[in-house]
Amino acid sequence: MTSDTAKAPEDGTTRRSMISARELTKTFGQGETAVTALDNVDIDIRENEFFTLLGPSGCGKTTLLRLIAGFELPTSGLIQLDGQDITALPPHVRPVNTVFQNYALFPHMTVSENIGFGLKMLGKSSGEIEARVKQMLSLVQLEAMANRRTDQLSGGQQQRVALARALAPAPKVLLLDEPLAALDLKLRKNMQIELKSLQAETGITFIFVTHDQEEALTMSDRIAVMRDGQILQIGTPKEIYDKPTHRFVADFIGDINILEAQVEGTEGDQTRVRLKDGTTMLARSTGADTQGHCAVALRPESIRVAQAGDTPALTGQLENLVYMGSAHNLHLRLGSGEELVVRHGGSTEGLDLSPGAQIGVVIAPGGARVLA
Amino acid sequence: MADTPPLAAGATAQSTRRRMRSRDLKAMPGFKAAGWACIFALYLPLVVLVIFSFNDNRSVVKWTEFSLRWYEAAMENEGIRNAAWMSVKVALVATVFSTIAATMAALATTRTAAFRGQGLAYGIINQPLMIPEIVTAISTLSLFSLVKQLTGITGVGYLMAAHTAFCIPFAYMPIRARLEDMTLTLEQAGADLYATPWQTFRHITLPLLMPGILAGAMLAFVVSLDDVIITLMVAGPGETTLPIYILGALRRGITPEINAVSTILVGVSVLLVLVLFLVQGKMKK
Amino acid sequence: MTDTSLTLAEQESRRRRRQTRRALLAPALIIILAISIMPLGITALYSFLTPGTYGGVIWEFTPDAYVQFLFERDIFDGTLQFNDSYLTIYMRSIGLAFGATIGALLIGFPTAYFIATKPREQRNFWLFLITLPFWTNLLIRTYAMLLILRDEGLINLSLMGVGVIERPLSILYTDTAVFIGLIYTYLPFMVLPLYASLEKLDFRLVEAGYDLYANRFRVLRHIIAPIAKPGIIAGCILVFIPGLGAYITPALLGGGKKLMIGNMIAIQFGSSRNWPFGSAAALILMALVVIALLIYARSVSKGARAHG
Repeated sequence: MTSDTAKAPEDGTTRRSMISARELTKTFGQGETAVTALDNVDIDIRENEFFTLLGPSGCGKTTLLRLIAGFELPTSGLIQLDGQDITALPPHVRPVNTVFQNYALFPHMTVSENIGFGLKMLGKSSGEIEARVKQMLSLVQLEAMANRRTDQLSGGQQQRVALARALAPAPKVLLLDEPLAALDLKLRKNMQIELKSLQAETGITFIFVTHDQEEALTMSDRIAVMRDGQILQIGTPKEIYDKPTHRFVADFIGDINILEAQVEGTEGDQTRVRLKDGTTMLARSTGADTQGHCAVALRPESIRVAQAGDTPALTGQLENLVYMGSAHNLHLRLGSGEELVVRHGGSTEGLDLSPGAQIGVVIAPGGARVLA
Repeated sequence: MADTPPLAAGATAQSTRRRMRSRDLKAMPGFKAAGWACIFALYLPLVVLVIFSFNDNRSVVKWTEFSLRWYEAAMENEGIRNAAWMSVKVALVATVFSTIAATMAALATTRTAAFRGQGLAYGIINQPLMIPEIVTAISTLSLFSLVKQLTGITGVGYLMAAHTAFCIPFAYMPIRARLEDMTLTLEQAGADLYATPWQTFRHITLPLLMPGILAGAMLAFVVSLDDVIITLMVAGPGETTLPIYILGALRRGITPEINAVSTILVGVSVLLVLVLFLVQGKMKK
Repeated sequence: MTDTSLTLAEQESRRRRRQTRRALLAPALIIILAISIMPLGITALYSFLTPGTYGGVIWEFTPDAYVQFLFERDIFDGTLQFNDSYLTIYMRSIGLAFGATIGALLIGFPTAYFIATKPREQRNFWLFLITLPFWTNLLIRTYAMLLILRDEGLINLSLMGVGVIERPLSILYTDTAVFIGLIYTYLPFMVLPLYASLEKLDFRLVEAGYDLYANRFRVLRHIIAPIAKPGIIAGCILVFIPGLGAYITPALLGGGKKLMIGNMIAIQFGSSRNWPFGSAAALILMALVVIALLIYARSVSKGARAHG
């Protein structure tokens, strides 16, 4: 099962870097109350890429976005846009546009005036503006709303106006600050798909900020997972999901079991680890320093309940059975006292699922990963 | 209703409802009456004043017949006309200058991060509100008399300057309140869309701030129009405003003509404040 | 404020923001400093000078103005004799302002509570009714009050009409008239801060009070009043301070007989032509205001500590 790594992440190296940040640090406040929102961050975001900054609130993702937009100036470090140093440029001369979290539509202007605002400020002729606004309105399918006031629009429509307004001046990079957070679930799903196709259509680099891992996995070409002002891992959604290199990344993306372990030795690209309850198993190495103490990460879907004839890798006592619709989640208590969640699809017939039953599980090949 | 079992005798839905209303937990006995009495007391004198301005009689006590003769008399009175013109002139100048200064100050105290000396700036701007008017009045008189002595310059400019100073905090209040309600995001969106700082101010901040500026200007105008004490002290000869004229007329005796002029002045204030209230009500929606 | 850890760009942008801020603040601050604050200094200076014969001052230093406040100089032998007539005016002013504050509180509290318990959409209308008189001319409102309080005014006429009294009560030109006038004038100042604090009152607390066996009075006393305390203090200050310096109300309703501080000061700059004494009297009034404000500041910070 090594084929999942065949899609090399390096397929875009030939592409130009659109945004490059080096040693970027942002500190708010001074002295004892100073808070470091961004800590020595290096990042390269490529041309024509849908790039997502993912992390919990306070991880620095929005600060990074605002530094790129120019709303804040970095405490130290450097930002380049398409090879040009923009670190100290004010926002109005950066060819970068933002879709704000609450859209920030100008309430005293119509939809058309909102969309045309950037072009007007750039000094375009009114004919040119009119044509471009029309084009943008049709792109976001709001032709009928051109002369409405923005407060007469639904949340989804406002979202589209914000998008059209930011895209109208054809920026080199579009920054999106949790733009879907205010929408309801169904609308959000639709907008995810629309955003993705809009990005493909326009060829503009999108930098998307979200705390929603599912959103990030659905839309992105690459994701940067952030915590405490630092970038922990950058990779394609598949890499981030399947091959987390950091315990936090593994935990933050999707459901996962993390078991404490001790490194016993290496066998090829596998590491032999001893769990707290004494069982040993082979787990895929991640290149991280895995001397001594480590953790083993197991996705619930890469484990299954042992059938007759299987040799269970782990055994635990059934504590809870949670019905999930298409599957059951079995919450097992291991001998070490740790909890293990197993996703069991299909029928539960022939399984003893009474509370307290001893249940063995089998781990899919390559399903276990060693994390520092 | 037929198949529901009967309740205890006498417990009709109506009687229960009545008891529930009397047990409104928020209500305090007598408070409602006090509230109404308060409004009544606030308006009764003004209502009497207005009614008797339309009385066809020299008396301001006994009603005889509806008439506009006191309004006509007031209009024909040159003293009143001059005073009214002086009031408007002073109020307009004070409104323009105080509103501009207040708008700038409000932008400085809200659109930037907290700064050292911010508290002091607030204190200075609101200072005219914290000092008894009579103290401001005689202090300003002392200053102006000194300046007049030193420079020999006289004129209505002194009165206008004094009005501008005490109008600033009134103009400042609604403008600052409006700015504090406005998120910075809109201005950032403007800058993001290539508007220079000046263009951002011109196309985004200013239009959004306009209701606040209008409210501030109206308050300044009303406050200037209504001022008595400072004007009384500072105004030179021939600089009689309407309130000063009324005060002088009252000293000579009560006439229905005063009622008529007063009614007009009250009417102007009420109208302006009413417009302001409606504008602000709309603003919130 | 130069921090070496900041980039040059950040420093430059801070410097520019500071410049803009200064430029924006300048007009308002200069106008108020020059026309409202500097004059206070001149008043302080004048209070130590000698009165000119036709008003104004003669530049000769003397503490006479302050001496005159308490003592009268005998015209024949020049000895100082204690004179309480100015002190009396100050005491009367304090008494009237304090009485009016209590009166306004007693009327204003139920009113503010009444408005705060109205449905939300009606409250603004009621507030508007309370604020509107504030924006109408103080002189005219006082004049209107005078019309009501006169011997042949509405109050006396109706009382006589009902037969409660036979001859008109002489209310006008008494302390009572000034007292009523002060309450009437400054009532909105009391209602607004009271309303602001009562509006925030969570009425579930009132329900909890009833639930725990408190009666109406006790709920008012132990739950509502403590929560409304900041509003009560603010309202009292807002009535007391302008009441203390009132000019128009005593001038019209006191009929020039019942002077308050404000009138006394004005007279020094008018017919008495004793600017230094007027300045000294104004500074003493300012001192009283500052004392009231200090008491206010102390009770506010105490309240803040009690809540923290």
